[in-house]
Amino acid sequence: MELSTLWFLLIAVLWTGYLALEGFDFGVGLLTRRFARDDTERRVLINTIGPVWDGNEVWVITAVGATFAAFPEWYSTAWSAYYLPLLLILLALIGRGLAFEYRAKGDTDSWRRRWDLVIFAGSAVPAFVWGVILAGFVQGLPLDAGHDFVGGWADLVTPYTLLGGVVTLALALLHGAHYVALKTVGDIRVRARRLAGRLAVPVVVVLAWFLGWTLLRDDTPSWPAAAGALVAVTAVAAGATATGRGREGWAFVATFAAVAGTAVALFAALFPEVLPSTLDAADGLTTANASSSDYTLTVMTWVAVPFVPVVLIYQSWVYWMFRKRIGVQHIS
Amino acid sequence: MDVLDLARWQFGITTVVHFFFVPFTISMAFLVAIMQSVWMRTKSERWLRLTKFFGKLLLINLAVGVVTGLVQEFQFGMNWSDFSRFVGDVFGAPLAMEALLAFYLESVFVGVWIFGWGRIPPKIHLATIWVTAFGTLLSAYFILAANSFMQNPVGYEIDEEAGRAELTDIWAVLTNKVLLITFPHTIFAAFMVGGGVVAAVAMWHLVRGARNPEDASPGRPSDAGAFRTALRIGAVAVLVGGIGVVITGDTQGKVMTEVQPMKMAAAEALYETEQPAPFSLFTVGTLDGSEALYSIEIPQLLSFLGTGSFEGQVEGINDLQAQYEQTYGPADYSPNVPVTYWTFRMMITMGGLAGLIALWQLWATRRGRVPTSPWALRITAVLPLLPLAGNAFGWIFTEMGRQPWLVFGLMRTESGISPSTSGTTVFVSLAAFTVLYAGLTWLWVHLLLKYARPGLPDVTPIGGDASKDDEDDDADADKPLSFAY
Ligand code: HDD
Ligand code: HEM
Ligand code: HEM
Repeated sequence: MELSTLWFLLIAVLWTGYLALEGFDFGVGLLTRRFARDDTERRVLINTIGPVWDGNEVWVITAVGATFAAFPEWYSTAWSAYYLPLLLILLALIGRGLAFEYRAKGDTDSWRRRWDLVIFAGSAVPAFVWGVILAGFVQGLPLDAGHDFVGGWADLVTPYTLLGGVVTLALALLHGAHYVALKTVGDIRVRARRLAGRLAVPVVVVLAWFLGWTLLRDDTPSWPAAAGALVAVTAVAAGATATGRGREGWAFVATFAAVAGTAVALFAALFPEVLPSTLDAADGLTTANASSSDYTLTVMTWVAVPFVPVVLIYQSWVYWMFRKRIGVQHIS
Repeated sequence: MDVLDLARWQFGITTVVHFFFVPFTISMAFLVAIMQSVWMRTKSERWLRLTKFFGKLLLINLAVGVVTGLVQEFQFGMNWSDFSRFVGDVFGAPLAMEALLAFYLESVFVGVWIFGWGRIPPKIHLATIWVTAFGTLLSAYFILAANSFMQNPVGYEIDEEAGRAELTDIWAVLTNKVLLITFPHTIFAAFMVGGGVVAAVAMWHLVRGARNPEDASPGRPSDAGAFRTALRIGAVAVLVGGIGVVITGDTQGKVMTEVQPMKMAAAEALYETEQPAPFSLFTVGTLDGSEALYSIEIPQLLSFLGTGSFEGQVEGINDLQAQYEQTYGPADYSPNVPVTYWTFRMMITMGGLAGLIALWQLWATRRGRVPTSPWALRITAVLPLLPLAGNAFGWIFTEMGRQPWLVFGLMRTESGISPSTSGTTVFVSLAAFTVLYAGLTWLWVHLLLKYARPGLPDVTPIGGDASKDDEDDDADADKPLSFAY
């Protein structure tokens, strides 16, 4: 396999990990608003992701860092084109990160209420905007011969990319509800299960719509894209069944698979391009013309091959260590 | 202001603010790890209370450090896309390694540390803070490798066809001689910050306790003793850091004279080549090469700093300008001289003052003494700010002194920006970041003060006696989360 293909795969894996992991903690953030009935419940929710959300966020830092290292041209073009959407994401993630740490450190209700709002918005915005951006990679952008973006808002925000945003947002919400059902005890758990049950149908609809559209963009959809799409839609349905039977662990695994399937479908639909040009196909970016030199890719491979598994092992260990459910009785 | 100026301001502001939090995190992670280790050994409650007290401050700071770091990574592509295209092949590697090798460690294990109090075996819990601290060092190493490449490009060749620098030797990048000396200098400078915070907070509590004995909460006789110990740790960290930066800074001066002589000349506002060259302590005048109105100089010191010999020759700006024009074509190759001149001096002055205060603290608290004058409080209040300012000046000097180069000798700053980004866009983001960063810096100070003021926490009710905890799952199943959100 070409090294640039390997790195495309690895970046797809990193994005998949990010969407599947931070996806549920975005979902938990979304639930802090209407779903949580009082401050104690909100604290229960936040504490379910407390030990892990920051580690989850590093997946995107690594995905972006790996893109910079392996496909500098992709990183440069996409990041300058998506300037303002990325600014929104940054502002949201800054607020959210601070909110987790700072909300309990003030004394007044209004202090906490304000931070709660930040947690909600800080989870909703990136969960939506990342979907817009990833769908945008598949859709392509007007790029000139120097690979620079020459379009405007209307090229970034299209019906297709907006639908992509809705899909990542909806998946995050469902995934988060499954996670909460799995990680809590008592009333919250019951309500999370009920909510997940109600969300399943709308999520299947938008997901199938979006993935169908993604496949139809290509004259001959690639089979991994089709397989990913199939897995994603089936998994959401399976998750709903599992929730109905009270199998919360399986329900969570199912939405994990749904997010992963969606990511696979998107990246497979993209390959071998990484950012097509909608003006002249020759000006688009592909794994071949956007990649780093072979030497750099080799070096990076030597680093990634041993260390990605190490990271996976210790991160899994942390999930295992904090596997216990928590409830209102744990909040002092 | 055009796109270039806006992008530069944005990078400067966001980076300097990120670097308020960075040295705090690096040094405090180690200091807290040390406190916790001593507690594990001695089982003395005072160490546990110190660990939790300074651990809280660490967490308040870490949160801002992490979120501002994210901006840094994205900015290269958003504002500096031509730069990223040009150096990505070389520069991306250390950045990606930093994420994979360091950020996961830091973020994952600090989470375990926060939530693991009393829930995981104490030895493993202790290990998590050490791993976090080690992660901060790794992260500093890799990012400084990237930055050192910009100061002194090594291990690459230019691919004319692709129009970019390509990596040919990663080892050269990771052992860049600028990196090998910048890394210890930055870490020592970081210890001055954390040490300054610990020493200042401890001193404040000691002096306050001595000034109003009736305020001291009853039943906590060991507070004064604990703060006295903390003060010593902090003051010693400032002094060790201070000695470290002087020694490494001296070497940096030599490396800099070799790889970026223009920066050294600008740091001294030395227009004409001199042998031996004096070190200018202070100048009143315009620094534009005309005669200074008033200045104090130490003969031959610059020669020593730059070359290691009191007789060495140090090249001046005008000669270097002529040389560079020959090599790179006609243009202005000198950085902003007043900025480099003064930031270099301020870096050293701020650090020096911090060192003096730390010395005074040790002296003033010798053998059980506690000073009680209001000055004792005032002086310590500025202690943490001095090394923080020293760090900022050091970076502004390093980066501004590199100008007009973005990557020394290879790419000028104005060639690095994103061609497709409009001034309005950058203006919007500059405004947003400026407001947000001002707010979060304010919040940071506010919360640090709020949590530093009450003094050491009681450890018995919350968290329980963690040393007694074992792995018995059911025993702690229903007890509240002690250190959580
Ligand atoms: C000498 C040390 C040093 C320097 C020069 C920088 N940083 Fe930094 N950075 C750290 C040392 C550090 C740290 C100590 O490791 C931080 C601070 C708080 C933290 O958690 O890690 C961090 C956090 C941090 C994070 C968040 C990591 C996380 O979520 O855990 C990112 C993405 C960056 N940084 C990226 C950068 C970039 C792109 C820089 C260059 C412009 C930069 N940093 C300068
Ligand atoms: C690691 C990679 C780094 C890159 C790619 C980088 C690049 C840049 C760029 C593009 C600018 C704007 C151009 C300029 O105005 O000089 C700049 C300025 C600056 N950087 Fe760096 N830098 C890096 C690291 C750092 C670090 C770690 C610091 C320390 C905190 C730092 C401190 C500064 C400062 C203070 C400025 C302001 C100078 C100014 O506004 O002109 N830089 N740097
Ligand atoms: C006698 C004392 C010192 C000397 C001779 C010295 C020397 C230097 C030199 C030559 C540089 C520029 C390196 C380059 O651009 O290649 C530098 C950078 C820097 N200095 Fe210092 N320094 C001293 C004290 C301090 C103190 C007290 C602090 C902070 C408290 C500090 C913090 C920094 C930082 C953060 C940088 C930027 C990072 C780097 O390039 O290492 N320095 N110093």
